[in-house]
Amino acid sequence: MQSKEDTQFFSKKNWYRGRYLVLMMVPVIVYYVIFCYLPMIGLYMSFTQFRPGSGVAGIFTGKFVGLKWFRQFFHSPYAFRLIRNTFLLSFYSLIFGFPIPIIFAVAVCQIKHSGAQKVIQVLTYLPYFISTVVVAGMINNFLSPSSGVINQLIVVLGGKPINFLGDPKYFRAIYVISKSWQSFGFNSIIFVAAIMSIPQELYEAMDVDGAGKWRKVFSLILPSIKPTIILLLIMALGSLLNVGFEQVYLLYSPAIYETADVIQTYVYRQGIENHSYGYATAVGLFNSLITFTIVFLSNRLSRKLSDTSIW
Amino acid sequence: MKGKTPARSFGDKSFDIVNGFLVAFAVIVCFYPFLYVFSISISDGVAVNQGRVWLFPVRPNLSVFKMVLGYSDLWLSYSNTLFYTVVGTVANIVMTCLAAYPLSRQRFFLRRKLNFFLAFTMYFSGGLIPTYIVVTGLGLYNSRLAMILPVLVSAYNVMICRSAFEAIPEELFEEASLEGANDFVCLTRIAIPLSKPTLAVLTLYYAVARYNDFFNALLYLGKKELQPLQLFLRKILLLSSNEIMQTAGAGTAISAAAQSTLQVRYVCIVLAVIPVILICPFVQKYLVKGTMLGAVKG
Repeated sequence: MQSKEDTQFFSKKNWYRGRYLVLMMVPVIVYYVIFCYLPMIGLYMSFTQFRPGSGVAGIFTGKFVGLKWFRQFFHSPYAFRLIRNTFLLSFYSLIFGFPIPIIFAVAVCQIKHSGAQKVIQVLTYLPYFISTVVVAGMINNFLSPSSGVINQLIVVLGGKPINFLGDPKYFRAIYVISKSWQSFGFNSIIFVAAIMSIPQELYEAMDVDGAGKWRKVFSLILPSIKPTIILLLIMALGSLLNVGFEQVYLLYSPAIYETADVIQTYVYRQGIENHSYGYATAVGLFNSLITFTIVFLSNRLSRKLSDTSIW
Repeated sequence: MKGKTPARSFGDKSFDIVNGFLVAFAVIVCFYPFLYVFSISISDGVAVNQGRVWLFPVRPNLSVFKMVLGYSDLWLSYSNTLFYTVVGTVANIVMTCLAAYPLSRQRFFLRRKLNFFLAFTMYFSGGLIPTYIVVTGLGLYNSRLAMILPVLVSAYNVMICRSAFEAIPEELFEEASLEGANDFVCLTRIAIPLSKPTLAVLTLYYAVARYNDFFNALLYLGKKELQPLQLFLRKILLLSSNEIMQTAGAGTAISAAAQSTLQVRYVCIVLAVIPVILICPFVQKYLVKGTMLGAVKG
């Protein structure tokens, strides 16, 4: 019996014994070096004057400009707006989007017919697998001022058609509702599994106490799944600044940049469309650093609160 | 005891009503948009223009479907997507197993280092522009490989697969290696067959991701002949669908009303969503397992 695993790197014996495992990892390592770690090195571009068309080597050959791009970003009128929009969109998604799967999971577990329960689950997680393009296309057409079903309904009820996607004040609601709609069924799966694993005896014990269904929910079900809730809440906190780029990109227009433009869409426009590669990389790096800090802190928090850590 | 019963049943009754309402609302909210889109797509054009289609199809016919199906760009993009999905998913699963197996071996001397090497990419990345520079710098712009290589494996899915492999009793591997089986044999004869439910979920995740991939196509595929379904859909659903009607309208005798933009768009949605709807119910029994492992151990 080995009491401690031998992790010596410079050991011929280890390399020989693990040769097949190393061989398996070679393609994986090559992939990660080229497509993940090389771009990380490429972040150096945010300190240089990158010349378009100079390829991968251009990352290193651009003229060093120090913190020029960062200064330019923070002095631009957009910095505050972008950070605010990015934060608010993800914050509202968390506040409204997080409780819905829990409530739905509790509700669906009360359906005692297992066939019906399965059908309900399939129908509700289906939107999760639909592409962002289709979801954005449906939103766009449903909300169209001329032919959209929502505006037809408003007209039937005696109102005036509203140009939902052309007015900045509606964008946050549209984003949060569509995102919650798409993901609540799928996100409830894990809570359903947690509720299903509560021992039947505990329910029976509560029956003996004469507890009704409401009390079972608040005194048994919710306390039992509290660890799952906390774990998932921490993970959700970790992705606080991750706004669904595709969804915003497909739905926004210059008319609603005031509420819809987020850091990632700005990076896309500056970098891919305007070819300001160095500047866009700097803005992206700022975003990555904040995201990384949030994940790091939320992980520390989860270690403190429980034994569960995502690392 | 007797006095409690009516109060309790009132509470339970109110609970059942609230509960039933919640579940019904959730199902309707998820299902109605699809039913509506489907109904519009096969209803009579006149009825659609009069706003008479709310729930079920009115005077159903397939004229708009025929028109859209006659559009060659749809078939081109569909076949491109099929290629990206099949080749991409196979490559994804192979790479995921190759990465997960060594990481699941407790005795592997590089396990911790490589685990960190992969996990780190889940929390920090070079971001959009440096990745774009690397991918285009490798000559992948306007190449089919641009839809496959940059998304060859997902660290998150590797972690799910790793925990499935770790759940297999160690003795099985020890016995096999005593009989002379090397790690490749252990992976293909023991680890993969015993992790079928997890691999089924991962296949679904990867296949859906490849099928739905829009952003890589937007970034790297400028040539129309290479573009997948999602880019075609974006053009039809969000930009304009005049082109499709002009091309198809010339040869076919359909009333002008039936050629409404809306119906063309909704037909495209139906065609794009059908494969996903067909696959989803089959993997339901595996889904719980896959997501559980991912969230708890990932």
